[in-house]
Amino acid sequence: MAGKTLFDKVWDAHVVDTVPNGPQVLYIDKHLIHEVTSPQAFSELEERGIPVARPDQIVATADHNTPTVDQHLPVRDVLSRNQLKQLTENCEKHGITLYGLGHKYNGIVHVMAPELGITQPGMTMVCGDSHTSTHGAFGTIAFGIGTSQVAQVFASQCLLLTKPKSLRVNVNGKLKPNVLPKDVILYVISQIGTNAGTGYFCEYAGNVFEEMSMEGRMTVCNMSIEMGARGGMIAPDQTTFDYVQGREFAPEGAEWEQKLEYWKTLPTDADAVFDKEYSFDAADIEPMVTYGTNPGMGIKVTGRIPDKDDVNLEKALAYMNFKKGESLIDKPINYVFIGSCTNSRIEDFRIAANYVKGKQKAPNVNAWLVPGSQQVAKQLVEEGLDKVFTEAGFALRQPGCSACLAMNDDKIPEGEYCVSTSNRNFEGRQGQGARTILASPLMAAATAVAGKITDITKQLN
Amino acid sequence: MEKFTKLTDTAVPLPIENIDTDQIIPARFLKSTDKQGFGDNVFRDWRYDHEGNKNPDFVLNDPTYSGSILVAGDNFGCGSSREHAAWAIAGYGFKVVISSFFADIFKGNALNNGILPIQVTPEYLKDLLQTIKEKPETKLTVDLENQILSSPAGELEFEIDPYKKVCMINGYDDIDFLISKKDKIEAFERERSF
Repeated sequence: MAGKTLFDKVWDAHVVDTVPNGPQVLYIDKHLIHEVTSPQAFSELEERGIPVARPDQIVATADHNTPTVDQHLPVRDVLSRNQLKQLTENCEKHGITLYGLGHKYNGIVHVMAPELGITQPGMTMVCGDSHTSTHGAFGTIAFGIGTSQVAQVFASQCLLLTKPKSLRVNVNGKLKPNVLPKDVILYVISQIGTNAGTGYFCEYAGNVFEEMSMEGRMTVCNMSIEMGARGGMIAPDQTTFDYVQGREFAPEGAEWEQKLEYWKTLPTDADAVFDKEYSFDAADIEPMVTYGTNPGMGIKVTGRIPDKDDVNLEKALAYMNFKKGESLIDKPINYVFIGSCTNSRIEDFRIAANYVKGKQKAPNVNAWLVPGSQQVAKQLVEEGLDKVFTEAGFALRQPGCSACLAMNDDKIPEGEYCVSTSNRNFEGRQGQGARTILASPLMAAATAVAGKITDITKQLN
Repeated sequence: MEKFTKLTDTAVPLPIENIDTDQIIPARFLKSTDKQGFGDNVFRDWRYDHEGNKNPDFVLNDPTYSGSILVAGDNFGCGSSREHAAWAIAGYGFKVVISSFFADIFKGNALNNGILPIQVTPEYLKDLLQTIKEKPETKLTVDLENQILSSPAGELEFEIDPYKKVCMINGYDDIDFLISKKDKIEAFERERSF
C-alpha cells in the first residue's frame, strides 16, 4: 500500500464516522469566527433551539467590517456597528472568547490565530472565510466554510465532507534575490490557473518552501484558494515548531513534548502518491504583478500582457484599461495598500521598511499600511518601523481586513489603480470600479516610492 | 430547506467565465445579519451603474430573458466563502445554476440552500447558451430524482453527491444528521490520543 500524505494523516485522524457511499464526519479542533459570516449561523441555532456544542474550541475576532482609524470611538457606520454588536452579544451568550475591536489580541483572523499559538500542526481548523487556508502553513488542515457549515460546527463540532483529491506543488532550486513568497504563489497560480486546484487539497513541497519563514509559508498557503484549492499545507518542521513554541496558547512541558513527537510523524511518506502534481524551477520566478481581474492573470514585472484572442482577457483588460502586449512598467499608480491576511505580518513590514528607509513616497501616492493585528502594530512600534514609514509619508492605520475587500471605508476610488499586497484583483474588490494590481510588499513599497510600477529587478541586488 | 425534485423553466444566460463571489454580491452588501434581501443586490455592479441606474446591457435587465435557471460560464462562484452569494442567487429566484465548472465552496453553499448546481461539459454549455440566445423561450427540465437535464441541446445525466441528493429531495440539512451522531462524536473526543 502506498504511503500517506500529510493531508491523509491529519484527515484520517479526525474522521468520526463515514456515511456509506457518502461523505465523512470530520472532527474540527478549532473554529475561528468573525462578524460577517457568523450572525446567520447563530440565528439558525437559536431558531432550532440547539446549543453551541464546544464554545471552548471557538475563538472570535472582529476584522472584516472594522474601521482602521479611531478604533477607540464608536463605529460610525450603523450596519457595521450592529454587526459588531451582534458578534459581541452572541459570544457573551454562548461563552465564546472574543478578541473584539481594541483588544490587545484583536486582528485579522488569519494573522491573530497563528501569532497566539492557536494554530498548531496536525489540527483541523475552519472559519467562514476562504483564506482560512493560511493556517495550512503549520501542517494543519484548514479551510473556509459557508455560514451553513459554521452553524453545523456550532451544533456538533463536526462537518460532513467528502475527502478531496490530493495535489502537490513542488518548487525547487534557488530563488532570485528579492523574489518573495508572494511572487512564488502568484507565479504558480499564473502557470496553473485559478481552478487547477478545485476539488483538491494542496501540499507545497520542495526546498523553496522548506527555506521559507512561517510568515512566508502563510502567504503561500493563504492564496491556495485563488487556484481553487480548498486548502494548502506545508509539512511541519523545526521552523514550524520554533514559531509555535512559547506562544500564548501553545502547549507546554510534557504536553509540548508529546505533541512534538506526533507532529514529527506528519510529513508525507516518501512513497505517497498524489492525484495531481506540478513542479516548478525556482530560478524561473521573478517579482510578479497582475494585470487582470483574477489572481491567475499575473506576469513577471519585466513581462508583457499576453497578446491573444480571448474574450475573458479582453473583458479583464477593458476593466483594467490595459492593452494586450503592453508592459506595466512606468504605469502611474496613485494607491498602494500593504495589508490583508496575505501580507500584513511583521516580516512583510520589515521588508517594506527596509526598502522605504531614507526614501520618500511619491507625491501622487496614497500609501496605506494596515497591520494584520494589534500585536503586529505593537511590534512595528517596538522595532521603530512606524517612524520609518511615517517619515517616508506612508499612512499607518489600525488593524483589520481594510482595503482588501473594502467592506469598511477603506475603498480605492473608481478608476484608480492600487498596487496591493492582498489576494484578489476581482472587479470592484477594493471599491466600485477600483483596479487592483496584486504584488509583494517589496513591489508595493517600490511603487509607493516611485509613484509608478518599477522594475525592481534593476534596482536591487 | 425547501425540497427540490423537478423543475421546468426558461433560463437566463450569463456567458462569462470565472464569475467570482464579489460579482455575485459585493462585500459592501455583507453587513446584514440575516439571510434576506440579498437578491436585490445580486450582480449589483453589473446590473446597475454607480448612480443606481439599470445597465440595459446586462442580462438581468433584458426582458427577453427570464426564469429560475441561471446558465453561467466556467468556474462559477470562485472567490470568497460568503454564503451571501448563495442567498443572493436564491433570493433573486434562481433554483438551478448550470455551468461547466463550479468553485468548491460555492457549490457546497448552493446545495445547503436548496440551489442545485449542475455541471455540464463545456460543449454542452456552449450549445445550451447558443440555444437560449436564439430561442429565449426555450424550456429546460431538471429532474433531480433521475439526475437528468433535458434541453434542446440534448439530454444529459448530471452528477450529484448521493447524500446531498437525498437532502435536496427531502429538504434535509446537515445539522440534523450531525446532531444524530452525537454519541460517536463524544466517543471520538474521549478516545483520541493526541
